[in-house]
Formats: sequence, C-alpha cells, structure tokens
Amino acid sequence: MSWETVIGLEIHVRLKTEHKLFCSDRAVFGSEPNTSICPVCMGLPGALPVLNPEAVNLALQTALAFGCTIHFESVWARKSYFYPDLPKGYQITQFEHPLATKGTLMFSGSEGDMSVSIRRVHMEEDAGKLLHDRVPRASAIDLNRAGTALVEIVTEPDLRMPADVRLFLGELKQTLEYVGASDCNMEEGDLRVDANISVRRSGSLRLGNKTEIKNVNSFSGVERALSLEISRQIATLDSGDTVGQQTLLWDDHREELREMRLKEESHDYRYFPEPDLSPLKVTEEQVVAAIESLPELPRERCSRFKDIYELKDYDAEVLTQSAASADYFEELVGIEIDPKVAAKWVTGPLQALMNERREDARTVPVRPAKIGALIGLIERGIVSESAAKSVLVILAQEGGNPSDIIEEQGLIQERDIGQLTSWVTEVLAKHSEEVARYRGGESRILGYLVGQVMNDSGGAADPRLARDLLIKQMSNE
Amino acid sequence: MSIRDEVLSGSEILDVRGSAVLSLDHIKELEGGQESLNAFLAIADPEELEPYDRGPLAGVMVALKDNICTKGLPTTCGSSMLKGYRSPYEATVVKKLRRAGGLIAGKTNLDEFGMGSSTENSAFGPTLNPVDRSLVPGGSSGGSAAAVAAGYVRVALGSDTGGSVRQPAAFCGVVGIKPTYGRVSRYGLIAFASSLDQIGTIGATVLEASLLLEIVSGYDARDSTSAQKPVPSYKDAVVEGVEGMVIGIPTEYFPEQLDPSVRALLDEACERLIDAGAEVRPVSLPHTEFAIPCYYVLATAEASSNLARYDGVRFGVRVPAEGLERMYEATRGNFGTEVKRRIMLGTYVLSSGYYDAYYGTAQRTRASIAHDFKAAFSEVDVLLTPTSPTPAFPLGERVLDPVAMYLSDIFTVTANLAGIPGLSVPIGTVGGLPLGAQLLGPWWGENHIIAAAGALEASYKEDT
Repeated sequence: MSWETVIGLEIHVRLKTEHKLFCSDRAVFGSEPNTSICPVCMGLPGALPVLNPEAVNLALQTALAFGCTIHFESVWARKSYFYPDLPKGYQITQFEHPLATKGTLMFSGSEGDMSVSIRRVHMEEDAGKLLHDRVPRASAIDLNRAGTALVEIVTEPDLRMPADVRLFLGELKQTLEYVGASDCNMEEGDLRVDANISVRRSGSLRLGNKTEIKNVNSFSGVERALSLEISRQIATLDSGDTVGQQTLLWDDHREELREMRLKEESHDYRYFPEPDLSPLKVTEEQVVAAIESLPELPRERCSRFKDIYELKDYDAEVLTQSAASADYFEELVGIEIDPKVAAKWVTGPLQALMNERREDARTVPVRPAKIGALIGLIERGIVSESAAKSVLVILAQEGGNPSDIIEEQGLIQERDIGQLTSWVTEVLAKHSEEVARYRGGESRILGYLVGQVMNDSGGAADPRLARDLLIKQMSNE
Repeated sequence: MSIRDEVLSGSEILDVRGSAVLSLDHIKELEGGQESLNAFLAIADPEELEPYDRGPLAGVMVALKDNICTKGLPTTCGSSMLKGYRSPYEATVVKKLRRAGGLIAGKTNLDEFGMGSSTENSAFGPTLNPVDRSLVPGGSSGGSAAAVAAGYVRVALGSDTGGSVRQPAAFCGVVGIKPTYGRVSRYGLIAFASSLDQIGTIGATVLEASLLLEIVSGYDARDSTSAQKPVPSYKDAVVEGVEGMVIGIPTEYFPEQLDPSVRALLDEACERLIDAGAEVRPVSLPHTEFAIPCYYVLATAEASSNLARYDGVRFGVRVPAEGLERMYEATRGNFGTEVKRRIMLGTYVLSSGYYDAYYGTAQRTRASIAHDFKAAFSEVDVLLTPTSPTPAFPLGERVLDPVAMYLSDIFTVTANLAGIPGLSVPIGTVGGLPLGAQLLGPWWGENHIIAAAGALEASYKEDT
C-alpha cells in the first residue's frame, strides 16, 4: 500500500511599510543595530502601541490577491512567550478573529494548473534579532526589526509533493511582489516558511501525526527538508512505529533536520485580546479602494501576454516573472515595437545586462524609450543586432542617445554593395572547403560564412546584405 | 482657571512661586526622620525645579505615584524589579503637568505594580496613614493619598485599577477621582491591567482634585484607548449644585453585613444631598456580586502578560544564573509575594483549556456589569455608595489574608470593569477615622459626580 503526504504551510511575509506596525520608527534593514527603535518597539514600561494604517492597506491587498473574505472587524491578540528578542514578553498578533479568511492561490504545478486554499491571512509584529557574533561569550540583541509589520499566510493542507511546494511558493512570492506588499528578499528574511507535514495511507481521510519544519529560508531548502522528512516518516511508519508530534529545525549547511528541544516547543501561548488596541476595523470603502488598486496578477498577465501578443509560453512566463519586466515589455509594445521583438530584447540582452549589473527592470538605467530607438535603428538597417548589444552596454554605463553612440563608435552598418562584395569575395576565397560543403547541400554553413564576413568587416557589414551576396556568389559560380 | 489663583494662593499650605510652606527640604526632613510616613520613594531636588509663573498650575507642587514615567526621577513601581529604573521618556500626563506650570515634587509609594489595597506590598516598605500611623493609608495609591492628607502637597496623581485612587483617598480623608476609562492618557503609566487602569487625581478638596483632572484629561494620539471627547470644565461643575439631580442608591452596595456606623454616615450624606435639592431613589445592579471574581480573573490575566517583560533581559534587575531559563526563573523570583500570586493566577486563567471557563466567563460578566450601569444611568444621574466597607484598617491585619484584602475593593472594582467614572469624597468619621462616600457616574459624566461631591463637601463645610 502506498503513502500519501499532506503538507500545509505557514508563511510569514514582511510588509513593505515605511514605518513599523505600532510606532513611527522607520522599518529599515541592514543599518547599525538598535538605531531604529523607540519606547514602543523596545517594550519600555508604560509605552503603548498605535496602529500604522499603511500596514493595514498592504495586508488587505495581500489578502485580496488570494481572493480572501475580508473581516470588517478583526481583533488583536497577545501571544505570550519568553525569548530575549521579544521585548514585551508577548507578540501582538491576531488569533481568533483574523483580518481575512478563505482564499485560494492557483499555480502551475506537477499536475498543470493546481490550487491551494488559503485558510487565513492575519497581521502581526515581528520580533528583534539575536546577534551571536558581536560580543564575546554573550549574545546581543538588535531591536531594529522588532515591531516591523508582518502578515502570516496559512494554507490548508492541500499540498502533496515537495516540488509543488516550491512551485506554489514561487507563485506566492511573485504575487506578493506584484501587489507590492513585500520585497520578498529571502536573505533579509522578508519571507519565512514553516511547513506542517504528515503521511497517511493513500485513500485515507484521516490525517497522520504531523511534524513542523521551521527555520527554512529558501524555497529549495523547503523542498529538500520536506523530501527528507517524508522519507523519515515513511520509514518510521513502515517499521511499525508512529510518528511523534515534534518541531524540526532545518540546517541548510548540513542538509539535515534537528529536533527542537522539548522546552523550546512546549509553548502555551496564552492568547488573549490585546487590551491596548481596539479591534481593527476596516470599512467597505477601504476594501473597495484596495480591490481597485490591486494590479493584474501574474497568472492573468501571463495568459493575456500569450493571447494578445501571441508570445510563446516560455517568453510570457519569463516576462511576467516580475511585474517590473512585464511593465518594461508593455512600455516597449506601447511605443510600437513588435511584441516578439520586444520580448526577445527584454528576455535576452536586457536581462543579461540586468543580471550583470544586479538590477531589475525598474532600476536598470536604460529605459524602454532608449531600447525602442535602438531597435528602430536595427530595423532600418543602420546598426547590426550584434553591434546594438554593445550600444546597450554603453547606454547603461554612460547614457546618451543610441544614434550618437553608433556614430561615435563607428558602428554604422556598411551597406555599400561594392564594399560588401569585396569582403564577401575575400571570405569565399579563403573558405573554399565550406563553399563546397554549402554547394553539397549543407545550407547551415551559411551562418558561419556570414560570421566570417562580419568578422572581417569589424562588425560593420550589414549581415542581411552580406548573406544575400554570399548566396548569390556561391550559386553563380 | 488656575489652581493657584482659585484655591491655593489663599491656602495656609502653599504660597506662590512653587515654594510650599512645606518646602521640599522640609518634606525631605520629615520623610527622612523618625516621623516618616514613607509616602515618598523619591523627592525632587529643589535646585532642579524651574520656578514657573505661567499656566494654571504655575508653581503648584504635584506628587506622582511611582508608576508614572517621569524624567529626572526614578520610576520603580514599588518593585525591587525596577529599583533605580529611570525612564528615558515621560508620561503624557507629566508633560501636561509641566506644560501647565506644575512642579513635580516627587514620586509616591505604592503597592508593587499597583497590586494591593494597603501600600504594604511595596518593596520599599509600607506607607503609614497620616491620620493614625498604626493604620494603612489604603492602596495602591497610598503614598499619593498620604502625601495630600499630610499636607505635603495639595494635589497628587494616582492610578486606579480597582479602586486604587478612591479607596486610599477615603482612608486618608481626602478626595480621589477615577475618570472614565479613556479620559486620561495611559501613555507612560506602567501597566498593571491595561483595560482597567486609569490615572486619577487626589486633592485636599473637590475643587483641587477636579482642576488637576481637567489639566491631565484629553485625547492622546499615543494611547489608542484614549477618547476623542471634549473635556468640560470640571471647575464649573464643582459649584453646579445638585438641584434636580437624581441620585441612585444601589441596594447591592448596602448589604446587611455593612457596619451600621458606615451605613449611618451614608444615610446622612443622602439627607444632605436631598437638602441640597437632589432626589434619591433606590436602584439595583444585580451583577455586583460577581464583580470581585470577575475583576481578579481579568486583572490578573492582563497583569501576567504586562509583567512578562521584567525578565532580566532588558528590564528587571537581572539575577545571573547558568542558562537563559534559569536566569528568567531567578530574576522573576524577585517579584513580591502578591505580584507572584497574581502572575500565577493570571497565567492559569489564560492557559489553554481554562481560557473559556475563566477569561471567557469573566468577559461576559464584565459586559453584564456594564449593562447594569447602563440601565441604572437611564434612570438616575449618579450613584451613591460607600467607597469601602470599612475605614482604614491596622497595618499587618490583612497581609496574610489576600481574600480579606481583595474585599476592601468590593465597592470600587465595578467602576473599572464598566469603565465609568468614580469619586471618593470624605463624609465624616467612624471611630475617629475618615470615611469616604463613592459617587459613580455614567461614561464621560465626571461633571455630574464632581457636582454631587462639591455639594456634599459644601454641606459638611457649613457645619464647621
């Protein structure tokens, strides 16, 4: 009899707010420890939380992106536990009455289009961070992160395979980025995933004992940790033992799961309504405004790209990977660039440039108008495509206009038939063997010969004219 | 309006420019000597006081309960956990006092974190009642009430979670007002039970307590539970009188066991109000008997959470021990007995499996108690009750009997549970000890209870 795995996720997402959730400190990262703190987020005696409405709007948009039901009144709760990075001894979160419930997220998984139900989306504050390497023989506490705004997204146990978990998380991350709710920077901890996993006999409706995997900070890590845990649970069950409920910590370097100490996990969080804050009320107008400001989501955009622009699946997927590159692409189309050409440039040379410069389509200095002009020059035969790629690099480094750069750098294509004929004749003379192969029917060799002409001309020859001349001369002789 | 102009400049106790007849040096001498009441935990350095001559409190000395964060002075909550703690920021009420020209005379003693009814639960020793030094001053704002009663200051701030302003005011023979929940900002008040805590004022007279309340009241963006309600003139209310006012006498607050001499003084107060033009009628608040258990479930639940931060990591005097868990245990062992008792109670009632039975039931009871008041205030303007079943009791008498101690708050906790304003005003003595009457008003109806208290006070003054 085979086994079936059941996986549910709890995802913590740091919202992209300017200020913390309950005080006016800036939510900054990477700055000196304890430089963005105040009595409220330090939990000083007597200080009180005041809600930052900016965070509520982002949380609303997040929940709406999953089609969740928004609750017009939700309740803040205190979750109590002792840990040095938690200055008040409790975290302000939502428990019995969350902001939103019952949504779904579609994604492309192992069985094509799949969907996962979202159980709830609630808001909460983050804890601080322990630094173990600053002070000899002691741990230091940085409270810059304490009090920053998070949403927790809890899924139903709908996932079955670790690979699908990774694909689902990819779709989730993409959605959050589209909405502008979070930067989703995994290294900075913008997105943290806990997974609940259990195994049962295929066809059984009862859930098996679950374990919880925490501390995973990459999607591939989640996949690897889950695969490891599934094998362990199946081996345990096969040997006739039962799986014990426990919490496991993933060690990414050692590729192993470590059992959390019993004391660390035996928490009774003693939730109760936060008396310092009134219930969170959202109005119908707020929800309507959030719906209206919701952008087109990745899957919709991808299928629209395929329909309207007749792009191939792969191109549409790559372009809609981030809202920024999809926007870039559509700006190009908007200035009358052929969609297929635009797609080729954004996914090709522009992507290469962004990778090299570690930038995205929003920050890359070469804006669509410039690339549009460059593509126009290619189409008019003034510059070759390969030369245009070097123009792109210069545009990124120095700015300026494509046509000026082409002129300054002498990249204007040679279209004079006399000049081209002499380059072609020379190449044919030097490569009699290839000429013979071409005539023998190996037409693919033509590209090589064009390349030789381009080489000899220092990149100046118009490749299309050179190609025509090559064919003509080889068939004449 | 100015406390100095209206009241104090003519008084025998204060002169102008902030130098009390009882100067800070004099208070220091008294509090440091054999006759010390131990009312103050810290007294300001006279050199550091800036003589203000502007604002309604210009030059008036105000004592602050030591759970109100104050710059320049320690804020200890009467706990060894916060011994020497100096807050880097100041409570909203303190800012308001300073802006009004007030001078912070010092910080007054209290039951640790406000948990107690006698000020005996202070880590820094009990405060004595200036009326009779063998008695408790009440609590938890016992230091503030004693300081006013002893004439060290004319006005002081306290905090009231279950009667902690009204009961000590009654025990010391002064006036104490707990306003409506949300009337005064709690920002900078170190929390005991956040949904019940409210800063209140203590004054030698109704007028002084009312004027101080007017100054500290009002919305504060730093406290999400503070209300955006206009603050009426409480000074005007003092002399408004009770002509046509309907005063309710809740039968549940006059149980059969009530000491006849206490009952007699309350009856007299009733007569005086009738003489002044009020109408008196009985009312019923049927859920009163559940108030004490309800209060001790909710207050301890919130306290267990509010006091979690004193774990030795950032707050609380750290007791070094091997490992984090042991350090937590050793450090938190430094709380006093009553605080530990309440943390344990609160932790228990919030535990999974018990939450609904205790916390859930208490929340529903709280709503019923509030509903009782709502119904009563649809018929009457204010309610008159004893502040406490007895006058001040001897030091040490109830320390070992927590339930007897809890019952001294039996008439005061309901106002905190419902969030309504309450006031205690002296109405004579029982066996030579001051007794207080409590006036309860509807939400935001401080002016009504002040008017009734003003009328009572005036009536007693005529006798002398």
